[in-house]
Amino acid sequence: MTIQSQKSLKISYRNQKILKKILVYFVLIVVALLVVIPLIWMLSTSFKLKSQLFTKEIYWIPKVITLENYSKILDNPSTPIGLWFKNSMIVAVITTVAKLIIDSLAGYAYARMSFPGRNKIFNLLLVTLFLPGVMFLVPNFVTVSKLGMLNNFNGVIFPALASVFGVFFMRQFFNSIPKELEEAAEMDGANRLQIFIKIALPLAKPALATLAVIEFLASWNDFLWALLVLKDRTVQTLQPGLRTLQGAYTSEYGLMMAGAVIVAVPVLLLYIFLQRFIVQSVATTGLKG
Amino acid sequence: MTIVSLRKRKIPITPYLFILPHLIFFAVFIGYPFFSGLYISFFQYDYLRPEATLFVGLQNYIDLFKTGSVKFIEFWNSIKVTLTFVIYSVPFLVIIPLGLAILLNTKIAGTKFFRAVYFAPWVLSCAVISLIWWWIFQSQGGLLNYYLKLIGFDTPRWLSTMPYAMISIVVATIWWTMGYNMVIFLAALQDIPNDLYEAAEIDGANSWQRFVNITIPMLQPVLIFIIIITIIASFNLLGQPLMMTRGAPAQPTGGGATEPVMLRIFNEGFVRPFQGSAAAMSVIVAIIMMVFSFTNFRIFRQRD
Repeated sequence: MTIQSQKSLKISYRNQKILKKILVYFVLIVVALLVVIPLIWMLSTSFKLKSQLFTKEIYWIPKVITLENYSKILDNPSTPIGLWFKNSMIVAVITTVAKLIIDSLAGYAYARMSFPGRNKIFNLLLVTLFLPGVMFLVPNFVTVSKLGMLNNFNGVIFPALASVFGVFFMRQFFNSIPKELEEAAEMDGANRLQIFIKIALPLAKPALATLAVIEFLASWNDFLWALLVLKDRTVQTLQPGLRTLQGAYTSEYGLMMAGAVIVAVPVLLLYIFLQRFIVQSVATTGLKG
Repeated sequence: MTIVSLRKRKIPITPYLFILPHLIFFAVFIGYPFFSGLYISFFQYDYLRPEATLFVGLQNYIDLFKTGSVKFIEFWNSIKVTLTFVIYSVPFLVIIPLGLAILLNTKIAGTKFFRAVYFAPWVLSCAVISLIWWWIFQSQGGLLNYYLKLIGFDTPRWLSTMPYAMISIVVATIWWTMGYNMVIFLAALQDIPNDLYEAAEIDGANSWQRFVNITIPMLQPVLIFIIIITIIASFNLLGQPLMMTRGAPAQPTGGGATEPVMLRIFNEGFVRPFQGSAAAMSVIVAIIMMVFSFTNFRIFRQRD
């Protein structure tokens, strides 16, 4: 092989590599656009007057940018989206905090304490992880209505606290950290609660953070159960609220997209700031929303 | 001696206090409904009129298996719709995320950015994404038909005719959840040791051969895992048809062409006042899902 042909082979190999790279970027960018366009469309529509929605030509940047849609849904007592926002926040924060406390307590006990029946109880919990959620829909609704918790935040918060995932997750974490510190504290005469609060919990901060993000998202985004339990407009959360909004107006897509923006922005902001953390949590826990 | 044996017999109370808060909620909202769901399915039950509760034995189940009855047609139509959705959506929800994960697993700049973008829709709620896509698919003012018309294509009535209504729901679902599967694929791809590829390259394998002979076999467990959880998630389809099509268009024989089984249960038990019948449907669906999971679990285990 001559030097010349070797050189041209090298160049063609290099060209091929560059071509491949361009192709990869092309695909990646096209998909990224497909992902982002609906979100931009939502945002764009939310700033449009109704008269601008059905024009012959589509304007991505509205000719007249209006905040009317936002002020309209915020003022309207039949779609009190500000109140819904507050309700969603209350429910999601209480659920998340309660879960962190309850699940880390239980997870710690299953990981670190020995007591009669421990494995039996824990295995029972594990088995229920495989039960499909549809089984619990009707009976839990009946329970909640019998307990007088329809149209009551408790009706949404309490059933969420039954979930086994957090207990399992915290137990796994406590099993993975060394025991020495706790044993040393026990020698110093600390009781189990003190050891748990002063030693185990501080060590569990990363796990607690992961659980907090997952549970907050799940609670904030919960649609079906909130739709069933919180029927009254004054106690509704944002997700069923969006359905109320959809039913309250006809072809007022600007209003509905303004509603969607209000619901989407908090989680998107959370995502932008905690993006790597959220993706990692999801990938490692393998949890399906 | 007695002291020792007394001590041994003494049951520690602290651990139970630790697990008790969770166990109470678990007992009420997971343990109890496991049985009460079955119990309710033997009654004619309406939560708004509990005084009218009537024991009907297996009637709710018989209705679902009596050929030709309205409940039979509606229920099995919804099962068919669910399976159709699975067949339409699962291949895309495996292939697209796998392809994206492979592209993002190459050593080029900006992969973290693209990963973040693709995953973003997953953090949104079902209600938000349904509303967005419902608007995009509208015949009047909808984004999709505007561009289809612009490039000279037909403009179907996406949300009210078949198969377009089903396609709309599938597209919205792919857009919403593909990032999740992609992230799991990506994690699995990154776990494949690099020396395998290097060895193959030395042996003269081209990139397609490396994909078929290394990537796919190494990825098999994750691939199966993704397929299973995607199918299970597809069984729970409810919000998208509820907000985008409301189950429409109606089938000539009964039921809706985009009314999956969860929406059927929702309509039966929470729109109409037939909670006993809805409970019976739930039991049957739960059994189908558990048989599916269990079979997969067995196959999975045998392979290992």
